[in-house]
Amino acid sequence: MSESRTAGLLLVAPALLLVSALFAYPLVFSVASAVSDPAGGVGLANFAKAFQLYSGDILYTVFIVAISTALTGLVSIAIAGYLTMGETPWLVSGLAWLYRWPLFIPFIVAAQCMRTFLAKNGMLNNTLVMSGLFDPDQTVSLLDWRGIIVTFVWKQAPFVALLLAGGMAALDRATIEAARNLGASRLRCLIEIVLPLVAPTLMVGLILSFVIMLSVLSVPLMVAGSQPTMLTVDISFRINAYGDYPVANALGVISYLMTAITAWIYLRYALRERQEKAA
Amino acid sequence: MTRVLAGTTGKAALLALFAFAIIGPLANLVLWSFAERWYFPFKLPVSWGLRYWEVVFRPTGVAMQSLVTSISIALLTVVVALALSIPAGYALARLRLPWRGAIMIAFLLPQAFPSVAIYVNVARIFYGLGLAGTIGGVVLVHAVHALVYSVWITSAAFAAVDRELELAARNLGASVLRTLFTVTLPLAAPGILASAIFVFLESLDEFTGTFFVGVPTVSTLPLLLYSAGMGGNYQIASITALILLVPSILFMLFVERFLRADVLSRIGR
Repeated sequence: MSESRTAGLLLVAPALLLVSALFAYPLVFSVASAVSDPAGGVGLANFAKAFQLYSGDILYTVFIVAISTALTGLVSIAIAGYLTMGETPWLVSGLAWLYRWPLFIPFIVAAQCMRTFLAKNGMLNNTLVMSGLFDPDQTVSLLDWRGIIVTFVWKQAPFVALLLAGGMAALDRATIEAARNLGASRLRCLIEIVLPLVAPTLMVGLILSFVIMLSVLSVPLMVAGSQPTMLTVDISFRINAYGDYPVANALGVISYLMTAITAWIYLRYALRERQEKAA
Repeated sequence: MTRVLAGTTGKAALLALFAFAIIGPLANLVLWSFAERWYFPFKLPVSWGLRYWEVVFRPTGVAMQSLVTSISIALLTVVVALALSIPAGYALARLRLPWRGAIMIAFLLPQAFPSVAIYVNVARIFYGLGLAGTIGGVVLVHAVHALVYSVWITSAAFAAVDRELELAARNLGASVLRTLFTVTLPLAAPGILASAIFVFLESLDEFTGTFFVGVPTVSTLPLLLYSAGMGGNYQIASITALILLVPSILFMLFVERFLRADVLSRIGR
């Protein structure tokens, strides 16, 4: 048996080695650089400077990612909920065909789409003007924090909806039917019966989306102006304009901490869920 | 009767609104790719034409060079990722491994971390090794990011192969290696192909890693899209974006054919 264990480890080793060299090592490198003190030794000077220069952008990033995650949750629940409980067949199949499109579209392509679609002279404003809902002088460019949020939700809601619809399809229909027969409306049935059952899937989808949105560079770079901006753009600017690795890495560590906090919230939730099931 | 009709109209309006939200941004992209001149306050292009398509598809143009670079990098990334993942996936599916769960998670971590700060430091390390701005450096960065797909899917593909068939071959006197090459690998091939497609697309669409590690010499399609878009050349940016969309949409239409349910249900286990 120990022979097969050694063989197994040998087969996995090259792949693990690549992850260590190009993920784990740079990660340690970035943390070490972030906590290095300019005067020598270890200290928090880089974090102090990062907060002093970028505290506005840190809040801006948290704000955008939090709102986008919440909206992604709402939109995906609406889509998956209608796909599962909808009673108009053509509407269900139309929705099922439409909602997947952004799934495999790269962020950079989504960013370029939105750069034109949400602009002052973009298709959104032009359509609103042509349909008579807006006067031409009422149009505003949405290429700021709103544009980033729209792009993130457009890209991530289909992903979470796909996960949720899969989870909902696997549920026992009898429970839902029973509630419906007792007179519960479809909306109430969705909120009180279906959603709690697929909540773990929703959590996983939203946490993955949160981290992905925190890591994307192209969308804030292309969709919105430079001030204020998201942490990814600040890190890139700090390196390309100043070669300032310590402060860039301090910002990086701040983004790791944001991820760590969401992971911690998720683990606590998963643990409580498990305890409840065991009880 | 009128209530039913009103309900249907309402539903149709909702679906139309949803379709506009999903398709509108893509339609705007297509409009730009055929617009030779388009400026405020005109709602549609002032003059239409294929001039920019000709510019992009000119054999000696920058776009064709980027396309060739992108496809070469994606193919090399597939080779590297599969060379590492087929043995790893086999071991994870078939052999007894200590800390198996931790090993699976290790491949997920590069995707589950804010990556910009990691790439910045990879670029710095590569600079010291002479790998910055090289195709090889970009391939390695893409491969690390894609490993979660290739390892998890190949492992699921191997796990879905019926053990009985392997045992039958062994009983008939085939060696372990012969069983692997004539029974296990051919049966796992569709899953391995699916993982190769995932890796190919991941590499083709990758922007951030190439942005930091590939500069200034390696220019892929996403980098061309970025520089054209930021430089105000919306036609070139839109056509580049459309080129990038083709493989993604083909994949969306055919993914179920490659990824069978018995493999899909084992991914990440």
